[in-house]
Amino acid sequence: MAHRWKNTFTHADVTPEPLWLNRRAILAGMAGAGALGGVGSVAAQEALEPNTWEQITTYNNFYEFGTGKSDPSDNAGDMVTDPWEITIDGMVDNPGTFSLAELVDGMTMEERLYRFRCVEAWAMVVPWNGFELADLLNRAGIQDGATHVAFETAVLPDVMPGVRRNVIEFPYVEGLRLDEAVHPLTIMATGIYDRPLANQSGAPIRLVVPWKYGFKSIKSIVKITVTNEQPPTTWNKINAREYGFYSNVNPQVDHPRWSQASHRVIGGGLFNSREDTLMFNGYPEVASLYEGMDLRENY
Amino acid sequence: MPMSALSKFVDPINSFARKVPTWLVYILYSLPIPYLFWLAQTGGMGVEPINALEREMGEITLQLLIIGLAITPARKYLGLNLLKFRRAIGVMAFFYVVVHLGIWVLLDMNLRWGQMWADIWKRPYITIGMAAFLGMIPLAVTSNNWSVRKLGAASWRKMHKLVYPIAVLGAVHFIMVQKVWEVEPLLYLTVILGLLALRYKPSQKASGVSANG
Repeated sequence: MAHRWKNTFTHADVTPEPLWLNRRAILAGMAGAGALGGVGSVAAQEALEPNTWEQITTYNNFYEFGTGKSDPSDNAGDMVTDPWEITIDGMVDNPGTFSLAELVDGMTMEERLYRFRCVEAWAMVVPWNGFELADLLNRAGIQDGATHVAFETAVLPDVMPGVRRNVIEFPYVEGLRLDEAVHPLTIMATGIYDRPLANQSGAPIRLVVPWKYGFKSIKSIVKITVTNEQPPTTWNKINAREYGFYSNVNPQVDHPRWSQASHRVIGGGLFNSREDTLMFNGYPEVASLYEGMDLRENY
Repeated sequence: MPMSALSKFVDPINSFARKVPTWLVYILYSLPIPYLFWLAQTGGMGVEPINALEREMGEITLQLLIIGLAITPARKYLGLNLLKFRRAIGVMAFFYVVVHLGIWVLLDMNLRWGQMWADIWKRPYITIGMAAFLGMIPLAVTSNNWSVRKLGAASWRKMHKLVYPIAVLGAVHFIMVQKVWEVEPLLYLTVILGLLALRYKPSQKASGVSANG
């Protein structure tokens, strides 16, 4: 299985980080970009330049470790991610609690160079290492009637100052519709730049859904539940008007307090760092998931 | 109030303050600007320097507004006389808000006028911030002796009370930028409201007790 979605670069193109930084010619790899036509396809095919490890790991939202952008990198160091257990339960044939090694065993690890767009209107490009969530769910055996997948982040008050201060309600929870969860773009990431995830990036394993705002890509997962109802999601619980269940990147639907038409690129320096936001963050192949849906209503 | 004990601390400060020229405020408060830009350019403000700069300039604006608002209560309750610095502090607050806005227009929004214009009307926190900025313009323009004479001291003073709502709007603007209730912006608002409260409540009942040298 796996390898259902392809970057235009192959495994031979995967280079050590120092060389990454000099490469300007890695394509976004939008095989289906033509479907969108016009501006979208042009923009989607422009070269994607990954952010540096330092940028990716020092500018984070991970409220368990504090609300400031540098709090996660400052505070996440004490989280122990080995051993780590993940429970898979709900409407699956093979529920259970697995060590990370057991969970990852047999999965097809891939490089995925994805845009990452935060709801706060900033963006990065991240070279993830991970496997398709579909493969994991298929191994677990999705039962008939299942419609959604729920995820939960670890709650470790001893090492999570944000949890101790209760800055929001924990555990952090997220969810996807089943068809979103098994879409080939949706991955479980365990690394960046061929290195294990930094704690502040959601070690040891996290979700990555590149066409949705970053907060959907839940970090440091301890539980995956297949269910037949739309699960509650943390930011939606905090402010339903501002954060919907779907939270697809959509330049036409603004956040009530700021525009989503454009964003600033991390690492863009002081000048010219703002660029247009693309529909579905430049992944038009997911559009068919939402056919017939009013995306203004289902934000 | 144990005035004598207090004056032991306050008197030396007052006599020191008499010797400090006001232009020093302009000089000292100008220095952080090139320093912060240099920090931002060289990575000292993290990987997202524009937001960091924006926030820093906004916070310094609020701090200067707070210092300005603290001068009257400090004199009234502590006998601390820093009145001569107040104009410089106010002018520097305006200077910082101009830099704050300039960063937003040039570096953050990259001159996307359409989006900025829409944001000013559609986003309450930007509307509020912009209102506070516009309110500061007449105050900055009239921060000179000529304007005080021209307007007359009484109406000049009345006009400059506009800084009260401006400071409140500035703090509310800061609170609203955050995704959740953050402590720091709330502290700014609390301090500003506290300084405003000090002006009103006791002044009515304690008017007879004050006026000491």
